[in-house]
Amino acid sequence: MAITSENFIKWLENYAALLNENKAYLTDLDSEIGDADHGINMDRGFQAVLKKLPDAADGDIGAILKTTAMALISSVGGASGPLYGTLFLEMAKSADGKAELTLEEWAASLAVGVEGVARRGKAGAGNKTMLDALFPAVEALKQASSEKRHLKEALQASCNAAEEGMKATIPMVAKKGRASYLGERSAGHQDPGATSSFLMLKAAAESLA
Amino acid sequence: MKKLINNPDEVVRDSLLGVAAAHPDLVKVHFDPNYIVRADAPVRGKVGVVSGGGSGHEPMHGGYVGMGMLDAACPGAVFTSPTPDQIFEATKAVDGGAGVLHIVKNYTGDVLNFEMAADLAGMEDIKVEAVVINDDVAVEDSLYTAGRRGVGTTVLAEKIVGAAAEEKRPLAELTELCRKVNANGRSMGMALTSCVVPSAGKPTFELPEDEMEIGIGIHGEPGRRRVKIQSAREITEKLAEPVIKDLPFKKGDRVLVLVNGMGGTPLIELYIVYHELAKILDNHGIQVARNLVGNYITSLEMAGCSITLLKMDDELIRLWDAPVRTPALRWGV
Repeated sequence: MAITSENFIKWLENYAALLNENKAYLTDLDSEIGDADHGINMDRGFQAVLKKLPDAADGDIGAILKTTAMALISSVGGASGPLYGTLFLEMAKSADGKAELTLEEWAASLAVGVEGVARRGKAGAGNKTMLDALFPAVEALKQASSEKRHLKEALQASCNAAEEGMKATIPMVAKKGRASYLGERSAGHQDPGATSSFLMLKAAAESLA
Repeated sequence: MKKLINNPDEVVRDSLLGVAAAHPDLVKVHFDPNYIVRADAPVRGKVGVVSGGGSGHEPMHGGYVGMGMLDAACPGAVFTSPTPDQIFEATKAVDGGAGVLHIVKNYTGDVLNFEMAADLAGMEDIKVEAVVINDDVAVEDSLYTAGRRGVGTTVLAEKIVGAAAEEKRPLAELTELCRKVNANGRSMGMALTSCVVPSAGKPTFELPEDEMEIGIGIHGEPGRRRVKIQSAREITEKLAEPVIKDLPFKKGDRVLVLVNGMGGTPLIELYIVYHELAKILDNHGIQVARNLVGNYITSLEMAGCSITLLKMDDELIRLWDAPVRTPALRWGV
């Protein structure tokens, strides 16, 4: 079973819809430990992605991901713009010229994207960031891939791992980003970046297979 | 909350249109991507000085574009860093052949977006240097935080470095000067209220009637601690003592004092704070060389204030006094 360009387009459309539905929720999370703009920014970014997607629809998966990256970089702003932009840009490089991805290739692509985020943000696991949802999702995909599981199962596993990772941010004290200015006060709140990352993997579980 | 706006999602655009209409002699406003540039840019042989950040802090940074201060400012969405394409286009627009200096406030978003823009500029052979301002003493600069935020000293750096740039000093010198200003400036702020991001429609945090936040940033984000509200005297002490201790500012030092309103506090109150601060500085034997009282780096309609102290020497005083002609600061012309 392979993931096609159509799947990728569906995924991005689905993610855009989830971000739109959850705009207020993400913003509320960001009010607790940030500056109340994460939901607004991600929604704006993915609305911009939707506008550009038709131009890339005929292209390979790399082109679709690159178009997404550039749209995000130029419309989201904040830290999320460069970080999500880097995620998609690095994934785009690994999927360059490909019309289809196997589960193994998707796992590798997401891994490379997430490494890019870690590098750019100079962050690691446990800092209370988007990485705390993304790292577990990558591990789950790699594991499922090595166990030769079905695509749908693997995608669901990575979604579940992301959800657990997102929830695990609640007790963490933030060490990166705006939440880190709050020190201990950031504990007890779910990280907005980890939440939007979970939604991305949720959309993937629904649309990439 | 009541705001004087049209469509909440068009606040930045509407406001930029107002800036363009109000100050055509000083600035030009470029849309898509958005940036404000001095009307006579690029000035040949002069280093272009560029800054930017989220909107909602006016007059910072757009109000500081003009002769003697910034060549360009990039306004992001409210409280959101501008994007690399804005900063890149602004950088190109002010490149007078002598390189460009980016003055960047230390927030993850600002740093990342300016970094990406500098990469883009580098690919087009424009020499860009960046200095990160991180003067806020409320945050511990440690491995465990995103570092100290850039706040009031940013405004002072833009003026001082802008004056030096006007003298056609080279990029390396201006970079050093900006670092020196950053190293000698310290700030701390407090809030009596939160603020409402237009698209969010409600306050970023709830502050009960009898409480205040100490150690706030400029984005309506909650601060370090929340305590019962006190008198202006006690509040000023709570801000001044950590600032003085942090550098430390010593007896005999000459300082530039900025008593800054967060946007929602009236001037009558800021002057009360200034009075308290003047007494504290006098007690410490610290001399006030220059001062600024008013709204210079705000957080929409947040009520509160911040204080910034910058250790001065003869050169910094001369550059502070140098002529400036921008929408928000104008003297010597």
